[in-house]
Amino acid sequence: MNAEDKNLSIKIRRSQLGRARGLGSAKSGIGQWWVQRMTAVALVPLSLYFVVSVILLLGADQARMAAYMAEPWNAALFLALIAMLFYHLALGVQVILEDYVPSEATRLMLMLVAKGVILFLALISAASVLKLAFS
Amino acid sequence: MAQFSLPQNSKVGEGQTHKAAPGAKRVKAFKVYRWNPDDGQNPVMDTFEIDLDKCGPMVLDAIIKIKNEIDSSLTFRRSCREGICGSCAMNIDGTNTLACLKPIAEIEGDVRIHPLPHMPVVKDLVPDLSMPYAQLRSIEPWLQAETPPPPDAERLQSREERAELDGLWECILCFCCSTACPSYWWNGDRYLGPAVLLQAYRWIADSRDEATGKRLDALEDPFKLYRCHTIMNCTQTCPKSLNPAQAIGRIRQLMLERLG
Repeated sequence: MNAEDKNLSIKIRRSQLGRARGLGSAKSGIGQWWVQRMTAVALVPLSLYFVVSVILLLGADQARMAAYMAEPWNAALFLALIAMLFYHLALGVQVILEDYVPSEATRLMLMLVAKGVILFLALISAASVLKLAFS
Repeated sequence: MAQFSLPQNSKVGEGQTHKAAPGAKRVKAFKVYRWNPDDGQNPVMDTFEIDLDKCGPMVLDAIIKIKNEIDSSLTFRRSCREGICGSCAMNIDGTNTLACLKPIAEIEGDVRIHPLPHMPVVKDLVPDLSMPYAQLRSIEPWLQAETPPPPDAERLQSREERAELDGLWECILCFCCSTACPSYWWNGDRYLGPAVLLQAYRWIADSRDEATGKRLDALEDPFKLYRCHTIMNCTQTCPKSLNPAQAIGRIRQLMLERLG
């Protein structure tokens, strides 16, 4: 048997139906799918609010920024924006990794790194808002 | 990572050119993917020049003419030649469709013919569809009911219930849609693909079937169902003008509905 024949030999001896069924259904998925859509919907008004805020605060100094964020409803909307944005981002990145990274080990590693970075960015954003709000 | 270029042994070269007979007036070039598992060579694109005055109107007519008159080794599947068996599904002019339903006149320039994309090739235009067939078996595409049928009649449906199956029963399982779907290309071993999901919904939507919950349970999976990102290639390519993307959407809708 030469090297080429070896490549042609059958490696998977499970039946095709066995392969198709695989590990069976994970019994989850709709939750994440729905949350991804709902965060997207929530981000429409929140992003508009963010753009309006940025325009209102053009050229503002530290004191005016702090005063703006000290309004409870401004701080709340910014925290909501941060929560929705980073949750949506995490789900989106997860979908991309599931699509394009077939290796379980690599995918797990990239997923941990990506979600860690996203969580850190979310926390640092939230902490900044709170710091301004309570300053 | 997903592969964005073909592996070395799949790089496609130039093949032979078979000229049309001198004196032919309406000549059209057909460039056809050729690969033989037995000769150890890379695939090539052979060119066949066909006199359209001596050929039927459809792409299938042309490739049957090629097999009969020019190169009998050209390998492809065909049966009914009228769009109901799904055998002659192939990639023609960049789109998956049935060769028997694709008029040659619709194609500008050379007619390029490949097997269905991203499937293992058995020979020439014949793809290995054993995985999608097995995936179809995995969704148990038959009526499941505990209630026995009335002893003296069929299981009846109202007209409205029967109408729910329109746009689903017409599927001929040619797998043009599944093999046009990037999600199926990247994760075809776990994602069921549009054709099989449309079949799954065909049984979910059937008023006579009593296993809807079980069927939904079996699909509730990040890979089996949720790899669909509404790219819509399936609906765009379907030679029967069906809408697998809508069927997938309906399955998701039912998943939400049963959550309350």
